[in-house]
Amino acid sequence: MSESVKDKVIQIIAEQAVLEVSDVQMDSTLEDLGIDSLGLVESIFAIEETFDIQVPFNANDPSESDFDISSVASIVAAVEGLVAEQQT
Amino acid sequence: MKRVVITGQGTINALGHDVPSTLEAMREGRCGIADLDIRDVERLSIRIGGQVRGYSPEAHFNRQQIALYDRFTQFTLLAARQAVSQSGLEFCGDLAARSGVVLGTSGGGMNTLDENYRSVYEEGKNRVHPFVVPKLMNNAAASHVSMEFNLKGPSFTVATACASSNHAMGQAFAMIRSGLAPAMVTGGSESMLCFGGVKAWEGLRVMSKDGCRPFSANRNGMVQGEGAAVFVFEEYEHARARGAEVLAEVVGFAMSSDAADIVMPSKQGAARAIAGAIRDAGLNPPDVGYINAHGTGTAANDKTECAAVADVFGAHADRLMISSTKSMHGHLIGGTGAVELLACVMALRDGIIAPTINYDEPDPECTLDVVPNEAREAKVEVVLSNAFAFGGLNAVLALRKI
Repeated sequence: MSESVKDKVIQIIAEQAVLEVSDVQMDSTLEDLGIDSLGLVESIFAIEETFDIQVPFNANDPSESDFDISSVASIVAAVEGLVAEQQT
Repeated sequence: MKRVVITGQGTINALGHDVPSTLEAMREGRCGIADLDIRDVERLSIRIGGQVRGYSPEAHFNRQQIALYDRFTQFTLLAARQAVSQSGLEFCGDLAARSGVVLGTSGGGMNTLDENYRSVYEEGKNRVHPFVVPKLMNNAAASHVSMEFNLKGPSFTVATACASSNHAMGQAFAMIRSGLAPAMVTGGSESMLCFGGVKAWEGLRVMSKDGCRPFSANRNGMVQGEGAAVFVFEEYEHARARGAEVLAEVVGFAMSSDAADIVMPSKQGAARAIAGAIRDAGLNPPDVGYINAHGTGTAANDKTECAAVADVFGAHADRLMISSTKSMHGHLIGGTGAVELLACVMALRDGIIAPTINYDEPDPECTLDVVPNEAREAKVEVVLSNAFAFGGLNAVLALRKI
């Protein structure tokens, strides 16, 4: 299950960045991948639609949101957490 | 070039249904933002707004008019009635032929759209009311104002998102200044506080769930408002000849385009518009005593706006006052600059600077004097009103005491 969350999140990010899935590394930051603030909001929308979850994210202050976007790995971990929460 | 003065003003917004009640709320630092009372609010994650309360269309319009006037048009007409009445102008003959109405709105008849999309998509109806198009079109308000007051000169609607009213009033100013029109009815209106309107804004994730706190370190986004403000701009000699009471002089206007990003503001674009308005007025930065900020309460706007002001004014930036009245009436999008111009006129006429309420914590990136929480008495001679729209379109007006 967690493997597939990771794969799907990476697919969403790769699509947003117009990159191959293989080019998205777990330690990449969104900035490394060339995703700007609008791209980020779009990615979060895609994540919410894909997993049917609510992502707590306010574009005004990404660092203050509960959703950690500092790297691909942190986004994957946050989404895994939200998906697990939703299943309990 | 002709001089341009304001001889009438009117409004309806979350703070009041006319100018005196709105200014009183601003002086008291009262907040008009509260829980939204709209259909399907439970399906929204943003549930607050600066809604117009205690308003009943039946008190102002007959059944046929209500069938034809979207809420944004109703608000416009109410504000226009107050403004034209205060000005004492009657538009007939040559004055009517040459005077017009230029208004700003971003969404136009958004409630009409929302209701009718519901009806055909959600309820599956295959027939809509015959007036849907004339009710929802963005120029409906301007056209109804022209009909109610017999304005037969240059008339149109400007849509530049959050700068719409400032762009509209800038056009009205330019027309009178150039001699094209002796008087113009101008301002703007917005009514997007419906399910679809708020839902669309939610998507962008820049809205606050709990309040509008411009320039405060704990701000977390904008809050939408609704309503209208309308002014009568008039050529100075025309106003003087008839002994009209003059509220303030409009002395400068400038607009600029960032040509950069569809949502992120630009310091350079904002600074060019601010500096341009001062230059257009034939003034210098130290002449400016107060700025009504765009001040949306988003992280991006407030720090960019403070940086732009610091760039234009240098050391004087620390001496001038800058406040965001959006903290009280919310962000009226296409109507916001018009409602905010009321605070500018109050600063010049009454020597009272409207505060930025909900100011809790200083932000090192917004260190200007934002007139926190309480209105202040101060004599100012020149004021600016900033508007910086999504799409990078900026419009700044300069007013002077008269």
